[in-house]
Amino acid sequence: MSSALLVPDRPAASRRRAARGGRRLTRVSGLGLGIAMMWFSLLVLIPLAAVVVTGTSGGWSGFWDAVTNEQTAAAIRLTVGTAFLVTVVNVIMGTLIAWVLVRDRFPGQRALEVLIDIPFALPTIVAGLVLLSLYGPNSPLGINIANARPAVFLAFLFVTLPFVVRTVQPVLAELDKEAEEAAMSLGASKFTVFRRIILPSLTPAIAAGAALSFARGVSEYGSLVLLSGNLPMRTEVTSVRILSSIENDNVDSAAAVATVLLVISFAVIVILDLLQRRMVRRG
Amino acid sequence: MAKYALRLTVIAYLFFLVAWPLYLVGKNAFANGLDNITGILEDPDIVHALTLTVQVAVIAVIINTVFGVGISLLLVRYEFPGKRLLSAMLDVPLSVSPIVVGLALVLVYGGRNGWFGPALENAGFQVIFSTPGIVLATVFVALPLVIREVVPVLEEVGDEQEQAARSLGANAVQTFRRITLPSIKWGVIYGVVLSLARSLGEFGAVKVVSGNVLGQTRTATLVVEEKYLNFDKGGAYATAFLLALVAVACIITVSILRPKEDR
Repeated sequence: MSSALLVPDRPAASRRRAARGGRRLTRVSGLGLGIAMMWFSLLVLIPLAAVVVTGTSGGWSGFWDAVTNEQTAAAIRLTVGTAFLVTVVNVIMGTLIAWVLVRDRFPGQRALEVLIDIPFALPTIVAGLVLLSLYGPNSPLGINIANARPAVFLAFLFVTLPFVVRTVQPVLAELDKEAEEAAMSLGASKFTVFRRIILPSLTPAIAAGAALSFARGVSEYGSLVLLSGNLPMRTEVTSVRILSSIENDNVDSAAAVATVLLVISFAVIVILDLLQRRMVRRG
Repeated sequence: MAKYALRLTVIAYLFFLVAWPLYLVGKNAFANGLDNITGILEDPDIVHALTLTVQVAVIAVIINTVFGVGISLLLVRYEFPGKRLLSAMLDVPLSVSPIVVGLALVLVYGGRNGWFGPALENAGFQVIFSTPGIVLATVFVALPLVIREVVPVLEEVGDEQEQAARSLGANAVQTFRRITLPSIKWGVIYGVVLSLARSLGEFGAVKVVSGNVLGQTRTATLVVEEKYLNFDKGGAYATAFLLALVAVACIITVSILRPKEDR
């Protein structure tokens, strides 16, 4: 089972498409494309453009002042720093989980597959409540991280769980075992085989998963509402900061900070696009 | 030996991160027997919120399915300038913060200062702080899900059968209904189920655009927050349990339906 929603185009299929090429637009399909583009513009492109236009309406100095405001800068540092740490954990744990799901066989594996997708489908506010019930004030483990910085880390870790796993898993499943066996028979240790043979093939997939997981972490909001307490300078993340600016009717500064987040999202999209192309070439 | 250590690490990690916390929400929801659940189901405002959430999600899923299947067909079967850019842009909603989504929609469709909002309002059509705004926000966040499921399937099946049907005299609608749709059926169904889960659970974007008016524009996820912050933890856990139940059901449905293609 794979979750195609997080997985880039399958290499074989993309090769076939590239070889065949698509048809030119007909009148009907051209009209369809026009309508689709209009809808996409009204829903996504124009609103996102409005964020950038509003965010930079005060000129560069207005933008810079909004973004470097002490409290805002603290929120951006916390968000980006935590998202980075979480991504590092995801690269290691996600690859490990994908490895166990593909190469190991044991009863109950199907249940693990379902567990991995749950953070993707669970409403974020419920995710916050879920984590609060084990790591909050009434924790059966006696661990209470509510309203503290580790809460931000934990919430990001939960919501980004599927990304690396789901991008690495299909690549690992399609990996040719012959090269590994050849290396083994030539006396390479298990670790050497992993480092020299398996890891290089997985790197683009791991990087793609890491990019998605970083982007998701940076933009997270819902799971933090109940969990982190949103304390200014301590546990307030960028999205929360934007929301409080909106609620205080300070739309310009909200849009300026939102522009920073948008730039990060776009950077991730570009990185992903390049990585997918690289994976297709290798496939 | 190393095999068992890895297996154990993964199971423990997922147990502490997902399984146990999820179980506790169920346990807390039923802490007083069925009281919490019946409590929220007897509150007309919460029933309204649940109904609104389902209505919005259904509308959003229909819009995203029609748009998603259409755009997938265009992306896979046709060549046009800007295709690669469009294909990359379609993934943007996955990585934009829900709060930014809400802000973006308010800036364009807001009744007071939005780019199009005042004109729409004069025409008697309120978007922000009203149901259309909630629908727009929900459609935005779930936009790529159907496309990401359908595109790989369309590429996989190829277009030989479609060409055959056309050469035998079938028109575009017939070809789509008899050939294309049956072959992408499962991709569409996965996409719909995932979009449904995502749409029912949207929180941040809806919070910004809805105005969160009790009994009018408050959705189920907003109820969870409100209840929890007002110290009605039973009600919060019960509502969260209902939402989690639907989400888990969606994931299990997909996992059962999906053929084990990678095995």
